[in-house]
Formats: sequence, C-alpha cells, structure tokens
Amino acid sequence: MTESQIEPTKTVDARGAACPGPLMDLIGTVRDVDPGDVVLLLSDSDSSLTDVPEWVEKAGNELRAVDEGEDHHELYVEKV
Amino acid sequence: MTEEIVIIGGGTGGSVLANDLAERLDEEIDSGDVQVTLINDGPDHVYKPVWLYIPFGLREPEDGRRPLRELVDNRIEIRQDRVTEIDTDAQQLATAERVSPTHYDHLVVATGSTLAPDEVPGLAAGGHDYYSEDGALALRDELLEFTEGHLVLSVIGSPHMCPAAPLEFVFMADDWFRKRGLREDIEITYTYPIDRVHGNPHIAEWAKPLLDEREINTETFFNGEEVDPDARTLRSMEGTEIDYDLLVSIPPHRGVELIEEAGLGDRGWVEVDKHTLEAEHADNVYALGDAAATGVPKAGSVAHYQAATIGQRLASKVRGQVPTAAYDGKTICFIETGMDAASFVEFDYQNPPSPVTPSEKIHWSKLAYNESYWLTARGLI
Repeated sequence: MTESQIEPTKTVDARGAACPGPLMDLIGTVRDVDPGDVVLLLSDSDSSLTDVPEWVEKAGNELRAVDEGEDHHELYVEKV
Repeated sequence: MTEEIVIIGGGTGGSVLANDLAERLDEEIDSGDVQVTLINDGPDHVYKPVWLYIPFGLREPEDGRRPLRELVDNRIEIRQDRVTEIDTDAQQLATAERVSPTHYDHLVVATGSTLAPDEVPGLAAGGHDYYSEDGALALRDELLEFTEGHLVLSVIGSPHMCPAAPLEFVFMADDWFRKRGLREDIEITYTYPIDRVHGNPHIAEWAKPLLDEREINTETFFNGEEVDPDARTLRSMEGTEIDYDLLVSIPPHRGVELIEEAGLGDRGWVEVDKHTLEAEHADNVYALGDAAATGVPKAGSVAHYQAATIGQRLASKVRGQVPTAAYDGKTICFIETGMDAASFVEFDYQNPPSPVTPSEKIHWSKLAYNESYWLTARGLI
C-alpha cells in the first residue's frame, strides 16, 4: 500500500521539535487513539527514522509506511 | 493613554518578568505611560524544587512558599484572580472576580504546568508523586515507613517539570536507604518512556552507568498505561508489567485549559517562536516557562532566562524600538546524585549538556541556591 492510500486517523505535526520530541508526541497520540487507528507523524528529525520503528516494534504496533523526505519524514503508525 | 502589560501567572517566569519590567520600564511606569499587572490565582509564589526534599523529611511545603507581594516590586499591580478566558482578537481577558473584561496591549502567559494523573487509569489511586505539595506530603508518609519491598519510579508524563528530578529521586532514595542500612531489602526500578534513561542523550549516557553502579534497575521504552492499585501492578503500553510495593510516578502534565480554548496551542502549551517567545497564533502574546512549547526543559532556570528576553522585547516595543533580544535556549540544572553529592549541567539550543563529576561541593551549591532563590524571584540574581 502506498502512503497516499493510507488515511490517517490523526496527524501529529512534530516538525521543528528536537529528539525525542517527535517520538514522545507520537506515543502520546497513540495512547489516546483506538486500536486500528492510524497516526501519521510528520518529523524533520532523522532520529525518528530509527527511534520510531524501534518503539513501534517494542509496543507491538505496526509501521504501515515510511516516507523519507528532504524537508521532513512521514511515518504511518497503526495502533494494534 | 496607558499601555497595559498583563502577566498571567506568578511563578518563577511571571515574578521575574514583573520585577524585570519594573526596573526596565522604571520611568514609563512612574509617569503612568505603562501599567504592569500580574494576575495570579493565589496569594503565594511557589518554589517547586523544594518538593523533591519533602518525601525524605528534609523540607516542608512552607519552605517553598512566600507571599507574592513580598517578592514583586510595589509598582506592579498584583491581582488575585483567575483568568477564565483569553480573547486574543479583542485583546482582553475574562476573569472569575470581575464582571468587566481586562484589556491588554501585551499579554504574557506564564501559567505553568498542571498534573493530569487521571489520564492513566488507576494512577491517582495507586501512585504517589512529589510534583505537588499534597503529593510530596503523602509520599513522605509512605517513604519514611518504607523498609522493604520494591520501589518503582515511573516517568509517565513527558514533557514534565524538571527533567532531572526523576533521576535525582532514585539516586537520593538509593543513597538514603543505604545510609540507613535498608538498601539490601529494597529493590529500586526506574522506568522511562523512550529507549534511554533520559530525554537528552548526553544526560542519559552519563546517568546510565551511575544507575547500573547503584544497582537501580532500568526499564526503557516503558509508557505506563494502567495501574492496578489492588494488585499493585503497573502495565505499560509496550506490554510490560511491573509489580510494585511503592509506586512513585511522574504523572502526565498539561498546561491550563484556557490556552487551548484560546487557540494558542494544544494541551495547554502555547506554541511560540522559540527565540522571540511570541505566540504563533496571536499578536501581542508571549509565553514563557512551562507554558511555552519551546522544546527546552520545563525548568525554573529556563523561565528565568526567558523572562529577561521578554522583558527586553517588551521594553523595546513600548519605546517604539525594534526588539532584538532572543532566547538562546539557555538552561542550567543541578542534579542530585545522592544525599550529599550532585552534578551540574548547562546547555542551550546549540551546545549540548555535559554533566560534571558529582561532588559534595555542587550538592551544597544546589542547597545554597535553593535558599537564595528568593533573590531570583525578586529579580536580584
């Protein structure tokens, strides 16, 4: 599935936030949504490309897609 | 016509700024060209770092309270009132005690943090904290009688006030139990939401070997999701469950509701330019300290330095000059590493922290600063 086909339930715009801000913002949002919901994280911190997948795996959620961009990255996380 | 500067909140940021403005706008205030009003929902200024010492029987809540009127320049109007609404278009505030709205030309939001333990089921009933006066006193009752079992310190909320305080608490507890010959009967576990023991990687790298050396268990990627007070268990979003005998948590934090209602930012944190501290979603509004979403720690030193930036910018605006002062992210923090040793860090947006070797001298420096803090609140140091 391509990123454009994934409809996020919520979007977390953490652009401008330094590590670990984007991950913490994502965790806080995943905490609030229901299982099956997809959270889109917008982050311009490269560390999100490593710490988000690590946390998603640890928490048993699913990383549906990652779109690495020049300005920012888009990570789609589904709460399982 | 008098130019109205209104500050909401009489904590470190609000008090230091009020005194800064009284000095900086000395002539304008005396001539009646400028009026500075500080609105606070109680009569006292509260110095929260004192709370860390209350559970260990070393301080009392009143050690961290002084009447605002004793600390703030007499030319600043102090109103004991609660702001209930901010209308950033009309530039006015609704308050609990007055029927007519309060106009402002410049508004500074310094409303701080509040605790939201109810966001985690069971936490309010099953956990203790030292991030409030009541919490610290209730924890003291438990801690002073705690002689065996599993003490769990869980950082659940982030961002939270004083990012060093969770590490300080477990370092102090470890040392305190050792000195009293109890440590062999007490297991200590420290949990943190991400994959290291502190949000700042440099502090995490420094702290992890110390935690290991002190035989303090660590659980990372642990985001507390539910507490069962009867079974005495804490379960994380990641599926880990920990049994506890005494749970000390850093609860979720929020700013005050009126910030979100005014469209200034989510969860009560005002979205600001991290250098000018001007609100992103309203004109003539600033935020500082915990209330400002700058990404730097929610710490008193931050509020202190940010107050100087806003003071300079406001003075420039009042005088029709271009404001040039900018906050550089400066943060300083003492970190207790036991009952008689501490480290110290200083950093900003460009320069990361590098904790110094813990020493008794730094510990006493921290205690000395805590005693002299009232001079900071007065705007003298």
